[in-house]
Amino acid sequence: MKPEDRAAELFARLRSGDRRALARAITWIENGAEEATALLRLVYPLTGRAHVVGITGPPGAGKSTLVDRLASEQRARGRTVAIVAVDPTSPFSGGAILGDRIRMQRTLTDPGVFMRSLAARGHLGGLSPATGEVVSVLDAFGFDVILVETVGTGQSEVEIMALAHTTCVVVVPGLGDEIQAIKAGILEIGDVFVCNKADRDGADRTVNEIEMMLDLGHMGQPGINRWPAEPAEGGGAQSPAAGAALPPGADAALRRLDRTGHHSAADLARAAGYMTRAAVHAAERHGTANPGDISWRPPVLKTVAKDGQGVEAVVDRLDEHLTFLRETGRWEARREKDAALRLQELVGQRAARATLDRARAAGDLELLVRQVAERRLDPYTAADEILRNHWGR
Amino acid sequence: MEAASGRRIRVLVAKLGLDAHDRGAKVVARAYRDAGFEVIYTGLYQRPEAVAAAAIQEDVDVVAVSSLAGAHGVLIPQLIQLLREQGVDDVLILAGGIIPEDEVPALLEAGVSRVFGPGSDLEEIIEYTRENVKR
Ligand code: B12
Ligand SMILES: Nc1nc2c(ncn2[C@@H]2O[C@H](COP(=O)(O)OP(=O)(O)OP(=O)(O)O)[C@@H](O)[C@H]2O)c(=O)[nH]1
Ligand SMILES: [Mg+2]
Repeated sequence: MKPEDRAAELFARLRSGDRRALARAITWIENGAEEATALLRLVYPLTGRAHVVGITGPPGAGKSTLVDRLASEQRARGRTVAIVAVDPTSPFSGGAILGDRIRMQRTLTDPGVFMRSLAARGHLGGLSPATGEVVSVLDAFGFDVILVETVGTGQSEVEIMALAHTTCVVVVPGLGDEIQAIKAGILEIGDVFVCNKADRDGADRTVNEIEMMLDLGHMGQPGINRWPAEPAEGGGAQSPAAGAALPPGADAALRRLDRTGHHSAADLARAAGYMTRAAVHAAERHGTANPGDISWRPPVLKTVAKDGQGVEAVVDRLDEHLTFLRETGRWEARREKDAALRLQELVGQRAARATLDRARAAGDLELLVRQVAERRLDPYTAADEILRNHWGR
Repeated sequence: MEAASGRRIRVLVAKLGLDAHDRGAKVVARAYRDAGFEVIYTGLYQRPEAVAAAAIQEDVDVVAVSSLAGAHGVLIPQLIQLLREQGVDDVLILAGGIIPEDEVPALLEAGVSRVFGPGSDLEEIIEYTRENVKR
């Protein structure tokens, strides 16, 4: 049988709801099997329905324990759930111990839940390279919600933000470091913040610190804010109209800088410029407090995942964020953006591979590589030459 | 998908029933990892139904059951039965731990490929697994 035929056969089984076929499809994707691309072609039209939720945070924060509880709560609300949990691969052996399943005991034999462990397989980003395509297959299979747990280190934050509709950042009290991590970028990516292990000392302090940092960049109450078309009478610095003059957060940052007293106009401009970039990102993701706009202020919640405390509130907020995405057109816009990115990526990969294959077959590649290595030719000219002679033929 | 990555052998290391001895299971899991396998560990106190579900969802090549509390005679055949009922026939089943000589034939009969007792050489376990995976 040809790979296309094997893919078609597996696809038919997938459509009939065969979970073994689903598991095998994921294996194909992970292994980069020949059948995988053919299968993904068939699967694609069925994707785009599921709510993809990313769960990220430092190692041991309780992500898996929380995911198990979130899955139970989603089931109680009548939704089917797929879970993808990524663990690191040993850089020495290429092997991995995938331990997230140990914490996921509540829903193991529930036919409405499917859980798969993935090894990062040398990928440094905190997701496995196949995660996006694995999510596509789960989406096509018909799961309502897909929970993706990241490795929790490295660049996983940025990657999970690109993959998930809603990103849930899990922290724990009393780490100290965690606030550093938040400053270093987690704050920008979270749609919902969870302080887990709230049974431990210091949870309130951690929550307060995150709230304060969020206040620098966001206006309004936790959750959805619908700003009136006309600003309220006599609103001061807190009014939406004041927020509209500068990007959210920029005015606060400027005021703080101003208080320090020693800065030049250039400093201020730089500060404003910096805040503007961060603010542009925040505005794109979470909206602004401009009159008539709808914005999202990430909520900060406390949970004790091991006892299930606070989990319902987390699911409420995940749902509310989905409402925000749909109501503001972000859900649709996101599809457009994802499609563009994916196409760009695939065309780039394929064009590069095809061009290099031709150059290699013609013997040019080897020749040019040698010339570049011996410093007789610079790599830029060599690349131009390859493209001139072998691209798009 | 565009980048070739190649396949890895995936192993489910399982503990069934009320057996609390997890040292052997962890030793074996680590040995598999160090040999480049991907290991999913179920944790203690699993029902055969949960292990069968995990084996299917994780699409493993090997189910490795560690048993030191004497319930293997019942629970391992139950697990194999559940896998067969769900159409799983390409998974290598291994057992290890405290399993008396005279109970081995029944396990082999039920579908276990080989039983590894105390003191088993880890390299031999790896070697055997590599050579006997069914796909
Ligand atoms: C340590 C130990 C414990 C520890 C366990 C700690 C832990 N976290 O694992 C504790 C103290 C908790 C314990 C408790 C009990 N224990 Co105890 N325990 C042992 C002991 C001394 C060593 C086991 C061990 O860790 N070995 C080291 C590991 C690395 O070896 P291993 O598991 O055999 O694994 C090797 C191979 O067997 C093989 N292997 C194992 N699994 C697998 C799986 C696969 C797929 C493969 C390929 C290979 C493989 O590879 C490994 C490397 O060679 C044994 C005696 C013994 N010598 O075996 C008794 C023993 C297993 N225990 C026994 C008993 C009776 C008990 C208790 C009931 C005692 C009591 N009355 O309370 C409780 C039961 C607890 C429970 N609910 O299960 C009996 C079991 C008798 C039986 N099955 O018929 C034994 C045999 C002692 C005896 N001679 O009576 N125990
Ligand atoms: N005290 C307390 N412990 C918890 C809570 N939630 C989880 N734990 C414990 O924290 C430990 C780690 O939990 P996991 O769920 O494995 O954490 P994780 O973030 O998935 O870990 P990695 O995947 O290894 O990064 C376990 O021992 C849990 O039982 C909680 O709310 N309170
Ligand atoms: Mg985990």
